[in-house]
Amino acid sequence: MRTLSSSHWLRKALLLALLVGVWEAYVATSHISHLLFASPWQTAHAFASGWADGSLAGPTWTTLRILLEAFGIGLGVALGFTVLSALTTLGTDLLELLTAVFNPLPGVVVLPLAMLWFGIDTSAIVFTVAFATIWPIAINLSMGFRTVSQTIVAVGRTIGLSRLRIVTDVLIPAALPHAVAGLKTAWAFGWRTMIASELVFGVAGSKGGLGNYINNARLYFLTPRIFAGLVTIALLGVMFESVFGLAERVTVVRWGMKHS
Amino acid sequence: MATATLDRPVPSALSLLRLDGVRLGYRTRDGLHVAVEDATFAVGAREKIVVIGPSGCGKSTLLRAVAGLSRPLAGTIEVDGATALRPGPDRAVVFQEFDQLLPWRTVLGNVVYPLRVNGRGRREATERAMRFLELTHLAGSADRHPHELSGGMKQRVAIARALALEPRILLMDEPFGSLDAITRQRLQAELNRIVAETGVTLLFVTHSIEEALVLGDRVVVFSPAPSHVVEVVDVRRLGGPATTEYSEMRGRLRMLLAVDREELVDANALL
Repeated sequence: MRTLSSSHWLRKALLLALLVGVWEAYVATSHISHLLFASPWQTAHAFASGWADGSLAGPTWTTLRILLEAFGIGLGVALGFTVLSALTTLGTDLLELLTAVFNPLPGVVVLPLAMLWFGIDTSAIVFTVAFATIWPIAINLSMGFRTVSQTIVAVGRTIGLSRLRIVTDVLIPAALPHAVAGLKTAWAFGWRTMIASELVFGVAGSKGGLGNYINNARLYFLTPRIFAGLVTIALLGVMFESVFGLAERVTVVRWGMKHS
Repeated sequence: MATATLDRPVPSALSLLRLDGVRLGYRTRDGLHVAVEDATFAVGAREKIVVIGPSGCGKSTLLRAVAGLSRPLAGTIEVDGATALRPGPDRAVVFQEFDQLLPWRTVLGNVVYPLRVNGRGRREATERAMRFLELTHLAGSADRHPHELSGGMKQRVAIARALALEPRILLMDEPFGSLDAITRQRLQAELNRIVAETGVTLLFVTHSIEEALVLGDRVVVFSPAPSHVVEVVDVRRLGGPATTEYSEMRGRLRMLLAVDREELVDANALL
């Protein structure tokens, strides 16, 4: 990634401009109703004014806050499962069973149950998103611990490391490539589940997230706002990808533990 | 039987490492697999001992037991008169695998870290690590990460890391086994120089007779599994590979390694 040249970025920028041009040309020439399809110009306008008056910033912030909270809970639960599976055979079996059953489930399917248990409330979304993030993190972490080279563990013991320091100084950094991969997948799952949940049931109270923002825009036929919401979601997605990519480059890629 | 073949039994007080009736094995699905039936020999301070034996005779298992990484089924392993069962920096190990370095630490970091773990200050540890990196000709690569190094360089980092700990005994488990022939020869010569400079006691495991002759003061020959010590051979004052003594010794070791097997006939033919 580091070695990509500026001409590569130029090509991508040109391609993007071309796509936007096709989009604009389509809207201008097809006489499609503006209630159904917004032009790039209208989208940009809705995007800019949305961020200027806070009507887009608020939902974005709400979405991120819920996502972070759910991600934190998911990470904590996943860590618990991983430690349990590292310490006991029963824990290993339990984690294998649970991930086999739950990981293939699209995260949003637990939403109806969560609504029954927590009511129409952000806790229902937090629960649903947390549920979606637990399994990819747990699978990858436990795989990471299981595949640590036995040689470096032996080295750790012979240089006089305590059991605890073998975990903190050898096992955890050695499992990092898997951990980062797990976090990345979990974040992507969580992000999708979050938006889907909001699209399904809107939100309680005055503070909705981006999914709710799009849904409301649809209700009032504010089509440019739907597009602005989509652009925001796409931009955030790209941003998170680059944050994870950067985190990988300065750690596991630099250490030769993962190839970019 | 094994004790009887010790040609130079060293009194307990003088030997740094003593193995007495050590039996080693591990549990498999089909029950207990005994790799080493009886290992009995002693290593004096500043001695270079090479353990040699056919593959599967348990020589690596033996080294791991001396390192404290596994417990003997029977017998005792004594270091300085104390039964050594827990791993510790007084018996630093260099393994065969190239992945024995911590990939997230630099070359310098890999040598500094064990020193810091064992209570040395940051500055002292760094100075010390640099000294041993110079000794192994790695000072110029101090800031590189292990994945940027060749196999031979990785093994030299592992040697520097082990030696910087100032171990009583340096344990080496076929450290050059995965290297190409030229690199292996160069590292053997380098190891001889470093061991001479530091005066460290060496316990080196290999299956190569040539390596045993290049590195060892004495060579402990193991039989196939379940193994015992066939003989302990003094190889100190041999000439170079071109001399008759050298080739005679090589033939003798070859024959000892072939004992208990049909190859004995072939080995005799070689002599």
